[in-house]
Amino acid sequence: MTSFLTPVAGRWYALPGLLRFTLRRLAAGILLVLGITLVSFVLTQLVPGDPVTANLGERAAADPAVVEAWRRQHGLDLPLPQQYLNYLGNLLGGDLGTSQQSHRPVTQDLAQFMSATFELALAAIAVALVLGVGLGVLAAMRRDRLADQIIRVVSLAGVSVPTFWLSLVAMYVFYARLGISPGSGRLNPGTTPPPDVTGLYTVDAVLSGQWTVLGEAAAHLWLPALVLAIFTIGSLTRFTRASVLEVVGNDYVRAGRAKGLSPSYVTFGYILRPALVSVITVAGLAFGNLLGGAVLVETVFSWPGLGAYAYRGALTLDLPAIMGVSLVVAVVYVVVNFVVDLLYAVVDPRIRLG
Amino acid sequence: MSAPSEPAGAPAPVLDVRDLTVTLPRRGGARLSAVSGMNLVLRPGEIVGLAGESGSGKTMTALAALGLLPGGARTTGEILFEGRDLLALPQRALRDVRGRDIAMVFQDPMTSLHPMLTVERQITDHLRHHRRVSRADARARALELLETVRIPGPEQALRSYPHRFSGGMRQRIAIAVALACDPKVIIADEPTTALDVTVQAGILRLLDRLRRERDMSVLLITHDLGVMSSLADRISVMYAGRVVENGPRRDVLTEPRHPYTRGLLDALPHPEEETSELRPIPGQPPSAGTTPAGCPFHPRCAWARESCVERLPGLVELAPAHSAACPVDPFGPPLSGPPLSREVPS
Amino acid sequence: MKPGDAEPGGVGPGGVEPGGVGPGGVDLATVNAGTPGLRASARAARRLDREDASAMRSPWLRPLGVIGLVILALFLFLAIAAPLVAPYDPIAQDSMKLLPPSAEHWFGTDQIGRDVFSRVIYGARLSLPVALLLVAVACAVGTLLGAIAGYFGGWAEGLIMRSADLVFAFPGIILAMAVVAALGPDLVNAVLAVVIVSWPAYSRVVRGMILSMREENYVHASRLLGASSLRTLWVDVRPGVVGPIVVLAALDVGNAVLTLSGLSFLGLGARPPVAEWGSMVASGAQYFDKWWLGVFPGLAILLVVLAANFLGDTVRDVLDPRSARRGRA
Repeated sequence: MTSFLTPVAGRWYALPGLLRFTLRRLAAGILLVLGITLVSFVLTQLVPGDPVTANLGERAAADPAVVEAWRRQHGLDLPLPQQYLNYLGNLLGGDLGTSQQSHRPVTQDLAQFMSATFELALAAIAVALVLGVGLGVLAAMRRDRLADQIIRVVSLAGVSVPTFWLSLVAMYVFYARLGISPGSGRLNPGTTPPPDVTGLYTVDAVLSGQWTVLGEAAAHLWLPALVLAIFTIGSLTRFTRASVLEVVGNDYVRAGRAKGLSPSYVTFGYILRPALVSVITVAGLAFGNLLGGAVLVETVFSWPGLGAYAYRGALTLDLPAIMGVSLVVAVVYVVVNFVVDLLYAVVDPRIRLG
Repeated sequence: MSAPSEPAGAPAPVLDVRDLTVTLPRRGGARLSAVSGMNLVLRPGEIVGLAGESGSGKTMTALAALGLLPGGARTTGEILFEGRDLLALPQRALRDVRGRDIAMVFQDPMTSLHPMLTVERQITDHLRHHRRVSRADARARALELLETVRIPGPEQALRSYPHRFSGGMRQRIAIAVALACDPKVIIADEPTTALDVTVQAGILRLLDRLRRERDMSVLLITHDLGVMSSLADRISVMYAGRVVENGPRRDVLTEPRHPYTRGLLDALPHPEEETSELRPIPGQPPSAGTTPAGCPFHPRCAWARESCVERLPGLVELAPAHSAACPVDPFGPPLSGPPLSREVPS
Repeated sequence: MKPGDAEPGGVGPGGVEPGGVGPGGVDLATVNAGTPGLRASARAARRLDREDASAMRSPWLRPLGVIGLVILALFLFLAIAAPLVAPYDPIAQDSMKLLPPSAEHWFGTDQIGRDVFSRVIYGARLSLPVALLLVAVACAVGTLLGAIAGYFGGWAEGLIMRSADLVFAFPGIILAMAVVAALGPDLVNAVLAVVIVSWPAYSRVVRGMILSMREENYVHASRLLGASSLRTLWVDVRPGVVGPIVVLAALDVGNAVLTLSGLSFLGLGARPPVAEWGSMVASGAQYFDKWWLGVFPGLAILLVVLAANFLGDTVRDVLDPRSARRGRA
């Protein structure tokens, strides 16, 4: 009759649990990155037309000896798996090919443009998290009242606006008409960027104490970041609302009320935490959306980042550039989701066991 | 409706439900009656069982006492706690009663404990809120409570999260949470239904020990008369939002005066007698909004007469403190349908 | 035992002895707790609470669906009747270039003298059918693959679900861009790219639902009664899967329009001189001060996507499993 007193709890493996979880997710992440390189390799193989012609021009491609030499030189005579391994080796060595538009190694281009995209995406995710979560919580708390209905329509509009069009309209209104935004680029023409530490101009300006540069960088940043955030604000609002409402229906919230705690205490102590923890899981996805949207926003705002680079690549069908960008973005996406998973496991004690 | 008479010299009730009705909104503006004309008395140190099938209004009664009815619900009548009408209290004052004077234990400890808060936080949250004690004092109190409900390794348990514990352990923790502010009344809503069999007895025993050690009253809500048979001092049986029978446990269980109570008892398995068979009550309890006229039980009742269809019988005292809302003797010959066994399980 | 007999187990009026629940009581509890019916009814009772809350939900939500439907119907009409409605030939360069909106050219003219209003109307001819077709294909492919993965498991499941993971590893438009760039920029490849990006969502949902439904009692029961696995899949599992899939597809239409026009905006979709909203916005970006070039086609995209999302959201409200249960109960 004492069997029910036997504790299930009693072993303490919080840290090892987290470690195991981390290692498992890490292995999955590495596999995913390998898969991404495979996708990228397969896509390069799909390109119609002869790569020799594309690279050497019609005249040289007419000479079989030249073609043969070129193919051997680039390993194109090897079987596909072997080619993939070579490709992988090149990737690990940081060789992503040569961009046809800039005639520079793609790796070099990516390194140059990456930080601009990060600055934009980070600013956008910050805006989106604050506004999206705030509006979502508000909507859930005022469920089915007027505020909820308005937020519902606004968030639906947010996920329905074509980002590239909104960029254009924002530029037209805030730059051309109102003059509130300084227009395209990261800084005014002629301004020297702050000394490179993080590559994020706003942060670097703070680090070096260049306050006018900071003001300028921020003035250039806010509009594209806001435009980029709109879609994510819409989706985060909707997700947060659903998440809060789901938590509210739980017994443990009713139990919290039954304790006689004040409504605001129940909201902040019992409802928001689990609701926001599940928002964390979609924040990673949202970041991916932002990186994708950046292609469109950067194009319109002439923001010198990966997106604008990919756009120029798309115009000239510069495949190494496009593949480079998608590879980097996908890997960053995987890394962000890995971090998000870890964060989730730290915040939610249940995950570690699973 | 006549309230059952009280034995002389009984202590003043700690919780006194008088003529409570609860109605819930339905689509299209109609209102659904969840509880009607409910009377219930809970005295200090007493365990009162509230029995009935799901949907009979047991849980709504409990939620009404705590002011936790779903939005749009309306109430009439009184729920007196130490003489104060809880239904008339403003929200803020009601919150001071909740968790401090009246605490609740929920059915499923898998969902009623917060998955992301430590056990310590869940025990001490309302303790600190209601009693304004320091964190250290609250912690000491929580430790003591975990020992009271017999959680092994209470020091560690305080720091851990609910998912580490089995169902029975969690229910013990949930009881510790309820005990935190030394409430005068605990409302336990199906506290053993979600638990494994071997664990149920332990939880019931714990509740019984606590009420005697602490002179605490327990309102034990369950569909399972078997749970009551070992624990409750008095039993009220509800059907379709009304109390149909009311009395001391022994009287109700051995000499049920309402055919519905009788049916519930017959439907229980009775392992000691190998020959006895289970007799389910024919038919289904009325679903929301379809309560039949007259006595709501008449469509399922083997003793139903003309008058049962026309008129709703009130509670009538048939023996000291034992009343039922039925004019027939459920041990008399039935008027229709299959005869029920005269044997009644204890 | 006769009525009135004392109970065994020493249960006096004062309650039970410490450490000993009356044996009768324990046993009764024992048997009852194991009865699934009682647990089910307890669950039903808990559900009642939620239903009461949802019964009070405002009927406000439905007008959005109606608005969405009306807008979509309007655009469908424009698509069908484009030659009758449009005042000019969408590819005829017979006006002055870059005229601002006027009575003659409601939305102005573009950089080579085409009527923007007519081009926006003809754009509906392209965007709507293509988006619908695309969603239908993605939905069919994704559902089929998900069903295979969920029902047959094994290596097929591994292959399908790992492929889905891979697609999810890329932000949608980035992968679509890479696919189109590799295959060559034209509308067919763009549609193919968006299908490639969209199918995994359906597969995941279908597979998940099949896996969880296989555990449901009624599916077990049907198998025990001798139904073949394919028959079970069709008869017992299909009805449960249809709702979520329809919701997903309804919400996907808007995304399809957005991704497709985004690709066209990047020059990876429809080729000139075809009137396509995304590429029209792109030319608006080149003639920045001539706002009418980009604003009107963009508004058309916004309206269509918004209408699709209004409708999709309403469909979800109606078909949501929780509300569906309420409807059946």
